[in-house]
Amino acid sequence: MMENQLKIFIDGIVNYFHHTNDSSVFVGSPYLINDLDEISSDYTGSIAISGSYEGACHFTAPSALVRHLILSFGETDTSESMISDTVGEVANTLSGNARQKLGKGFNISTPTISKGRPCDTPTRADHSRIYAIPISWKSYKAALGIHLN
Amino acid sequence: MHRLMIVDDSKLIRHKIARQSDQKLFDVVCSAANGEEAVDMLKQFNPDVVTMDLTMPMLDGIECIKQLVEIDDTVKILVISALNDKATGMEALEEGAMGFITKPFNENDLRIALMDMVIED
Repeated sequence: MMENQLKIFIDGIVNYFHHTNDSSVFVGSPYLINDLDEISSDYTGSIAISGSYEGACHFTAPSALVRHLILSFGETDTSESMISDTVGEVANTLSGNARQKLGKGFNISTPTISKGRPCDTPTRADHSRIYAIPISWKSYKAALGIHLN
Repeated sequence: MHRLMIVDDSKLIRHKIARQSDQKLFDVVCSAANGEEAVDMLKQFNPDVVTMDLTMPMLDGIECIKQLVEIDDTVKILVISALNDKATGMEALEEGAMGFITKPFNENDLRIALMDMVIED
């Protein structure tokens, strides 16, 4: 995975949080991890990537961040099902937006949601490295995990 | 008053579109969570404007647009999708969509795009 590809996702994160009522998001430097467990939080939305690329994109966040995010959109339903829906939608948006630069061969799946430890996805390309992009929004920490070949 | 159908697999987005669409112009008559539901609901509720996600289970947005236009070629479809590449936008327009906005979107983006759908009426 190239530095310019990571930048596409970093720009996507910044753009996404600029559409909330508190646009002051901090995106840290990407770093390599061996397993998604190292960054997994309360809820994870995962998108499988296929076509010209192979891999997955995972948005993982604590429930408190997701509740706050939901409220920032003017939504009052902060139930568990809405939290699951929201982490999936964030993962979908961050992955989908990458197509502007990565092209139509960057195919994305519908989201899979995990509570707690992310499910083992069948989409991790062999030996592909996972990059974690740390996200700070309000007082919360979340992350985007990406592995792409 | 225009009859609006919202098609998106995300409840958060369905609620957001319902809340942020101009309620003096649009009456949300139904919401579908996938393309198959949308095809059924088009026949049942007869909306004249549709907001359409593209990445959905069961029946994706592009295929759903084709089927909706086959049933009613006067229906006006606004695509609201995270897929923001030019090729996808062109494909949606070729299949019969009239407009395209990308996620994330704000209330102003939505209202202007929906207004564009019905302005000639």
